[in-house]
Amino acid sequence: MSKISVSNLDFYYGKAQALYGIQLEIPANQVIAFIGPSGCGKSTFLRTLNRMNDTIPLTRVEGRVLIDGKDINEPNTDVVALRRKVGMVFQKSNPFPKSIFDNVAYGIQINRIHKDKADLNARVEKALTDAALWNEVKDRLNTSAFGLSGGQQQRLCIARALAVQPAVILMDEPASALDPMATQKIEELVVELKKQYTIVIVTHNMQQAARVSDKTAFFMLGKLVEYNPTEKMFTNPNEKLTEDYITGRFG
Amino acid sequence: MVRSADDSRANIENRMENRIIDQQLDSLRDKVLLLGGKAESAVLRAMQALVNRDSNLAQTVLDDDKIINQIELEIDRMSVEIIALYQPAAHDLRLVISMAKITPVLERLADHAGNIAEAVLVINTEPELRQFPEMTIMSDNAVEMLRKGLDAFIAEDAELARQIIKQDKVIDTSYKKVFSELIGMIINDPATTTSAAQLLFVAKHLERIGDYVKDICELTVYLVEASIIKHSTPDRT
Repeated sequence: MSKISVSNLDFYYGKAQALYGIQLEIPANQVIAFIGPSGCGKSTFLRTLNRMNDTIPLTRVEGRVLIDGKDINEPNTDVVALRRKVGMVFQKSNPFPKSIFDNVAYGIQINRIHKDKADLNARVEKALTDAALWNEVKDRLNTSAFGLSGGQQQRLCIARALAVQPAVILMDEPASALDPMATQKIEELVVELKKQYTIVIVTHNMQQAARVSDKTAFFMLGKLVEYNPTEKMFTNPNEKLTEDYITGRFG
Repeated sequence: MVRSADDSRANIENRMENRIIDQQLDSLRDKVLLLGGKAESAVLRAMQALVNRDSNLAQTVLDDDKIINQIELEIDRMSVEIIALYQPAAHDLRLVISMAKITPVLERLADHAGNIAEAVLVINTEPELRQFPEMTIMSDNAVEMLRKGLDAFIAEDAELARQIIKQDKVIDTSYKKVFSELIGMIINDPATTTSAAQLLFVAKHLERIGDYVKDICELTVYLVEASIIKHSTPDRT
């Protein structure tokens, strides 16, 4: 069974339709890259996977998004639990104005995931370790998160998402504001994390999609043009439109 | 959001017909074309030199070797540069890869022409042998196959490439005929041994040239269809 199964998904901002009949299966423990020119709907689609679009007024979604076989748009869905299960990392790192420790501990505490203080400490350490940040911050856990570099802040946000034990992680251009070294760290992390999580990553960086993802979905004007194994997409895509986009003929 | 969709619609309409990478790919294609022309001319001249007992012409084939090696190095450099600097994908990538792979094939093909030219220089110091119609047929077929193979590659004509691959069998059949004819000649008249042995080499080189053209055609199919047919066709004889 697919981790995420999307069928006939339409999405509207008011009267304007942004997504048209999206049909897509995302297998567990894989990295899926969404590519496409600005405004193609890839970020909108990403946000339909944990109902982040609910926060935008006058939006409307039709069709089905199943995660582990459950329709996330059902009226009785616990949206908070959904977003815990389907975590998100944004383009710009957005740590809370708190200490490094508190940034990661926050989600654990409000969700009452931990048993006691020692368990909390262990969970924070595990999340920071999984986000490949522990060794860099273990001696300064109580200092402000804002003291970290951009790349470290982004990994802190990943740790924060991991701390609440998600199943899926959505990443919206997580490395676009980072330098090449920090980008490489995030990419290594993505590849490492897929052992435990299913990862969907939106990126404008074609090489990044090629490097980290197992499958790539190409969106254009709100439609899914092509969805294939990444090596197929970058060596011999089925669609002319995909070829034109990845070889820089437009976009 | 909606406006961005309009932007991307405009983007498709403003297709970039002249990308920076296109100039690089054109230069690379021109270089490969040049190398292909040199290789073809080398084979043609080597065989003319044989038929006309023209040692001077044979020598020009050998003299061209340095130029051909130089072009090979330039193509290697250009291919690596394009991959490193422009990160080609899809057809662009297959184009660079197939250009990089066809280059040593063409260089070796020209080497075989050089080997034929060396044989010609030896043969021309010996008394003239009677003509072999089968050798001429073999040579014509090899040159024709090479010319068409290069055309198919440059025109990205996979269908033609597949047809040419089948022609390789004709050359292999000719090779067997020429081989037994020459062996017969050596047995009947041992005085012809030196020339006949050199002609055996020539025939073998022509047969190898046919194999290389097959490689070129397989690369053409890869370039156009992204399918690898190498090793799926019957083995070389």
